[in-house]
Parts: sequence; structure tokens; C-alpha cells
Amino acid sequence: MKTTLKAMLGATALAACTTAALADTTLTIATVNNGDMIRMQGLTDDFTAKNPGIELEWVTLEENVLRTRVTQDVATKGGQFDVMTIGTYEVPIWGKQGWLVSMNDLPAEYDVDDLLPAIRGGLTVDGELYAAPFYGESSMVMYRKDLMEKAGMEMPDAPSWHFIRRAAAKMTDKDEGIYGVCLRGKAGWGENMAFLTATANSFGARWFDEDWNAQFDSPEWKEALTFYIDMMTAYGPPGASSNGFNENLALFQQGKCGMWIDATVAASFVTNPKDSTVADKVGFALAPDNGLGKRGNWLWAWSLAIPAGTDDEEAAKKFIAWATSKDYLELVAEKEGWANVPPGTRTSLYENAEYAEVPFAQMTLDSINAADPTAPTVDPVPYTGVQFVAIPEFQGIATAVGQQFSAALAGQTSIDDALANAQKLTEREMKRAGYGK
Amino acid sequence: MARAISSRRMALNTAIAWTIGAMIFFPILWTFLTSFKTEAQAIADPPIFFLFDWTTENYTTVQERSDYFRHFRNSVIISVGSTIIGLAIAIPAAWSMAFVPSRHTKNILMWMLSTKMLPPVGVLVPIYLIFRDLKLLDTQFGLIIVLTLINLPIIVWMLYTYFKEIPGEILEAARMDGATLRSEVLYILLPMAIPGIASTMLLNIILAWNEAFWTLNLTAAKAAPLTAFIASYSSPEGLFYAKLSAASTMAIAPILIMGWFSQKQLVRGLTFGAVK
Repeated sequence: MKTTLKAMLGATALAACTTAALADTTLTIATVNNGDMIRMQGLTDDFTAKNPGIELEWVTLEENVLRTRVTQDVATKGGQFDVMTIGTYEVPIWGKQGWLVSMNDLPAEYDVDDLLPAIRGGLTVDGELYAAPFYGESSMVMYRKDLMEKAGMEMPDAPSWHFIRRAAAKMTDKDEGIYGVCLRGKAGWGENMAFLTATANSFGARWFDEDWNAQFDSPEWKEALTFYIDMMTAYGPPGASSNGFNENLALFQQGKCGMWIDATVAASFVTNPKDSTVADKVGFALAPDNGLGKRGNWLWAWSLAIPAGTDDEEAAKKFIAWATSKDYLELVAEKEGWANVPPGTRTSLYENAEYAEVPFAQMTLDSINAADPTAPTVDPVPYTGVQFVAIPEFQGIATAVGQQFSAALAGQTSIDDALANAQKLTEREMKRAGYGK
Repeated sequence: MARAISSRRMALNTAIAWTIGAMIFFPILWTFLTSFKTEAQAIADPPIFFLFDWTTENYTTVQERSDYFRHFRNSVIISVGSTIIGLAIAIPAAWSMAFVPSRHTKNILMWMLSTKMLPPVGVLVPIYLIFRDLKLLDTQFGLIIVLTLINLPIIVWMLYTYFKEIPGEILEAARMDGATLRSEVLYILLPMAIPGIASTMLLNIILAWNEAFWTLNLTAAKAAPLTAFIASYSSPEGLFYAKLSAASTMAIAPILIMGWFSQKQLVRGLTFGAVK
């Protein structure tokens, strides 16, 4: 009798567990800690209400930690995540490796043709869309309208580098603690090298020629690096070689920078009166050029992708289709206002009259459209990517090159030596990796 | 005269000790203060010390956004679990090395310590693959095993140092009286070594609590401890220093309070045998 009872209890428990497992799918989503992603976490009730069988678990990590974690997991097929937040750099590399699930079969109402062509192009490999963009960004000039006026100058919509330099000279007032221009100097492939690679494009420089030969010994690189270091030394803040996005954001918000050229996503921070002392004095312009047909702006999209081999592909696709849909943009607008809608992914957003009233909306779109990841440089190159080269070796090489350039900005080494070292180490690493044979 | 010099020297030593103590404690104090500021006040230049509008908004936001107690529970289970298993292995090991040494004992001790000299990232991929195949990724049990193994050399070394201080004759006397090996360890050795074991235990809990490499790399959502909780508030694109400080304060508070109350044992443990 006792045994029968035990067996019955056991069977009931097993049945309960099985039913629960069938009814509930738990998606583990790896994401970065930035405003738009955190906002999405707060709005997921809308998704779970529409999809009662699916639960969401979030793993939020700092960008660099996240990159290590998801790379390690996708490469070893660890299966810890069902949805991953990855950038424009990873998508083409991982897509080629067969590590991601194709998104070509998203439902018709998703309207994949509404995605901005530049962003969609960066997430497509051989005709297969491997990730859906959650928000897109480029870089642009953010400047203090009051200081510009005081300097007796007017910022054009599409300034040249030489205008930026002249304006920086006039805006700088070191006694008042105001520096004409704040730019990234902290070493790292996603820090100073994102900025310098995009800037170098506008000076006609490139990382590699068509045969994958490093090009740091070219006059264009020398001109670009010399311009950057001379301008930063004369008109930049002290200790610029350790400034990244956050440090410059803090300086700009405290009114210490005349101009700051950085990610378009910064626009919502510097115009937010809660955090910024200059919120009502900020103007925007396209990233500068040198008259060579390429501007110094980059292109990036944080996108949602599904690692190949996940058990819950269908549920993961449902989630991604929700998070990157037109409806989601409207949901954010309704709850938090249009200024907080994740920017830079859909054409329809920029056709929306209400969104057009957001001060940085048009400039963000123009900046994104001005970047072409498939032809990022003046001379032809064998790679895609504007502020990066979409090859797996790039992270390591660019961080080492970034250290050379950061040291040159700090005055620890000369521009010539920094370029020579960059050339030498890039040649060595590319040879090791088997390029140019 | 001698007394005057000595009291002056004493005052100087006290001042130096307090200065060094304040310097070490300052980052924690600053984190604590920042956690009560707004994001704008957190990056203010010049920095604001005490004269700001104290707000608990960051703590509310952090608690709304993340499940603190789940991370806390994981931290407790992982650090206590790895300490218990570590002690269970290390006590017999240290006993044999201290009281029945062979000519290889010193070499074994050095070899154990040498495993701490390898950068952990060097073995990340093999361990990750083993964990994946054994289905240990994102489990408390998996982390307990890894942290036990990582801290084992330190536990063995600390206990070995304590046990060496205990005269072997006492154990011999117990044996003469007919004590078995089990009762010798349980009733003679352990009660005498309790202060040492306590400080080893405390130190190991602190090390396991603060371990951030393996706990970040081998967990996702279920087994993530407080180190992952802090990491989720760090951001290279956005100034969230006040929230990050609130998350850090919440993560370090339990271990800080534990350390505060047990500092006597800890100090004794760490300096034991240093001055004879």
C-alpha cells in the first residue's frame, strides 16, 4: 500500500514537472547595460502578456564582459544564452562561421524592408540577415551653441576638420576650464581606435590595401594622426589620453567642452536637464570631413541574435521580433516619450511627425546614412566596417595600435614612432594570421 | 625623557596608522557616499563630499531592476559551500603534512602554491568545455567545486602553519592513552586549532565572496552571485556611477559587516606565526 502511494505521488510529481516544462519556455537573454536595453527590461510585461508560455531571464553585463562571455559561449556552443546582444562587428564574423540563426524568415508584419538600409547591410552576410537591430548609432559633432556664438562663428550642418580646428581654437578658454574640443584618447579598439579609424577614413587613410598590407606608413595616416594630436594638445582637456566616452560625457555635461565628436546615443544624455548643466545649449552637426567624399563618422548597431543550436529558437525569434518591431517603438513612445525611443533602426520612425520634433532625430539619421560599411574608405579596401575591420584579429591588433596612439597623445612617444610601431605590429599579426599570402 | 620620546613615537605611529587606514578605507566611504547622490552629483567637479541632497533613489532603482536577494543567496551558498568542502579536504591534508611529514612534504606544499601562479584565464577554455559537457555551467554546485579548488592551496597552507605550532607531543600523549586517529583529530587537534580554523574559514569566505573571474565566466542567470550583480551596473556608454555605487554597497555590505565583527580572529589568523 505504502509503495503504491509512493509510486502514485512520484508519478504525479513527474507529470506536473513535465506539464510545467511544456508550458513554460525560459529565454535567457544576454544584454548590455545601457539606457535603451534597461528600458526594454522594464517593458517586457507587454511581451509576456502576449506570449504567456514564455518567461524571460536577463543577464545584464558591462559591454566588454558581455563580449567575452557571449563569444566564449557561442564559440564553444555552451548553450547558456538563447538571445544575445551583439554589435555590428560580431555579426558578419559569426554569421560566416555559422554560429547564428538566420532571421530571413521573420513574419511579414515585422516589415524587414523598413530597417534602415545601412544598418541592415551591416547585419547581412551573403543575403542572410543574422541579427535584428535594436538600436543604431553613428557619431556626430555635439557643440555648445552659446560658446560658438561667443566665438563669433556658426557651425555648418556638415563641417570640415579645419573648421572644427578653428572653432576649437576660438572656444578654448583654459582659465575658465573650457576646452575647445573633447575627443577619445583612451586606448582600446572600441575606444580611441573607433574614433581614429573613422577619422582616418575622412583623411583618405585605410587600415589595409586590397592585398591586406598594413597602411600605417602612408602619408594619409600621418596627416590624420598629426592633426588629431596637434588639435588635442592645443585645445583638448588635460589627461585626454585616458578619456573615453564616459569621461568626455562627464566633461561635456559639466560645461567644460566646446565640441565633442562621439556616438549619436550621447545626444539624449547631454540634452537631459536632469544630468546635464548645458542641456538647452547643445547643437548637432555631421561628423567632419576633409573634402574627400568620406566623413569621419562611424556606424554601429546593438542587435539581437540567436546562437545556433539553442533549444528555443522559435520563442527567441518571437522575442526578437517583438523587441525590434514598430509596435515596440510606439510602446516606448507611449510610456516614456519619443525622445527615449531606441533610434537608428527603422525608416518609418524618421517619417513619424512626432519623432521629427526630437532635436537630434534628423542629425542621427543623416549621420547613419552618411556611413557606408561596405565602402568605408576613399581608396578600395578588402574589408567591411567603418570604425573597425570585420576580421577576428582586429580586436587584438587595434587595441595594441590604440596603445601606441594613446601614448603619442600623452607625449610618451612621437607620432612617427607610434605609426612605425603600429605598422610593425599589424604586419606581424596579419602575417601570423595568414593574410596576404 | 625616554617616556616622552616613546609617547611621541607612539603618537606618530598612531597618526601614520590612522592615515594609512583612512586611505585604504576611503574608496569604500566614497562608494557609500556616491550611492546616495544623483548621477549628476556623482560626477560633479569639484567633488561633493557631504553637502548634497541625500537620496535613496539609487537603491530603489537597483532593487526594482535586479533581484538582489537571489544574487545574495547564490553568494552565500557558493562561498559557504566551497569553504566547508575546502576545510573537509584541507584539515586531513594539513594534519598529515604537519605531523607525519615525508621528505616530499615541502615540495608538495610549494607545488600546491604554484597552481596559484597561473593566470586563471589560461585554463578558462578547458574548464568551460568540461563544465559544458558535465552540465555544470550556471550551477551553484559547479562554482562551489571551482572555488574550492582555487582556494584549497591557501587553506592547506594556513592550516599547515597553525598545526605546526601545536606541539606534536600532545597528540602523542593522546595516542599513548589509546586515542584513535579519528578521536585524536576530532577531540585533541581541532579544539586546539579552533582559532586558526576560524580565521582560515573567514578568509576563505571573503575570498570566495569576492571572486569575480570564474563567477562571471561560468554563470548566466541562475547561479550568478553578487559579483555579477555589480558587473551588471557597469557601463562604458553612460554615466551610472551612483547606481553602480549603490549596487556595490549592497554587494559588499554583508561581507564588510562579517569582516568587521570577526576582525580579531582574522588579524590573529593572518599574523599567526609572523612574530615569535
